[in-house]
Amino acid sequence: MPKDFQPGCAKPVEDSQSGKTQDAAAQAVQEKPLSSAREVSMIKVGKKAPNFTAPAYFQGKFVTVELNEYLGKWVLLCFYPGDFTFV
Amino acid sequence: MSVDSVFVHKMWNDNELSKMVKGGVPFPMLSDGGGKVGTMYGVYDDESGVETRGRFIIDPDGKVQGYEVLTPPVGRNVSETFRQVQAFQLVRESKGTQATPSGWKPGKMTLKPSPDLVGKVWEVWKTDMAFD
Repeated sequence: MPKDFQPGCAKPVEDSQSGKTQDAAAQAVQEKPLSSAREVSMIKVGKKAPNFTAPAYFQGKFVTVELNEYLGKWVLLCFYPGDFTFV
Repeated sequence: MSVDSVFVHKMWNDNELSKMVKGGVPFPMLSDGGGKVGTMYGVYDDESGVETRGRFIIDPDGKVQGYEVLTPPVGRNVSETFRQVQAFQLVRESKGTQATPSGWKPGKMTLKPSPDLVGKVWEVWKTDMAFD
């Protein structure tokens, strides 16, 4: 039977904690494989923001946004875990 | 920006956010499926497959002047973000001749770094000015 879960402020995704009920071999596979241990580095203040192009929803239309189009303006770029995540 | 598709952005705007903000979200809601942009900015979490609450201030030259990253359950303080933008704008307009001390808000005193000010900040700036 599917189990209920309590929604939090992150977008609900598969919970790696549920590996508890799996056998040891399956658990070992679940432990971070080296290939996914990608180095995540934080960007530096005072340096250029990496340019990107992304699809967007903007006042009734679907548009493509490129960061470089905003040169000459102040930009606030905000990330969040997912739509409908409460806060 | 989040990993949601533009279709989900539309549903969230139309069904919820437009009921909080008249006219709906006034800026583009960007989609970052797969977290490519979030990875470049260091806010994509591989394990959960989503992005954390990262906020970046980018100046007119395209340079990052500041950022803040929070875990999902705590919302941001938009007033503080605007205060920081106003401070960076003032510094930029002064061509770096002025600096904003701790607790600065528009209208409050700035400092003009110079050889004469070294060791003398205590004479012109008091700690309670950081808290009002």
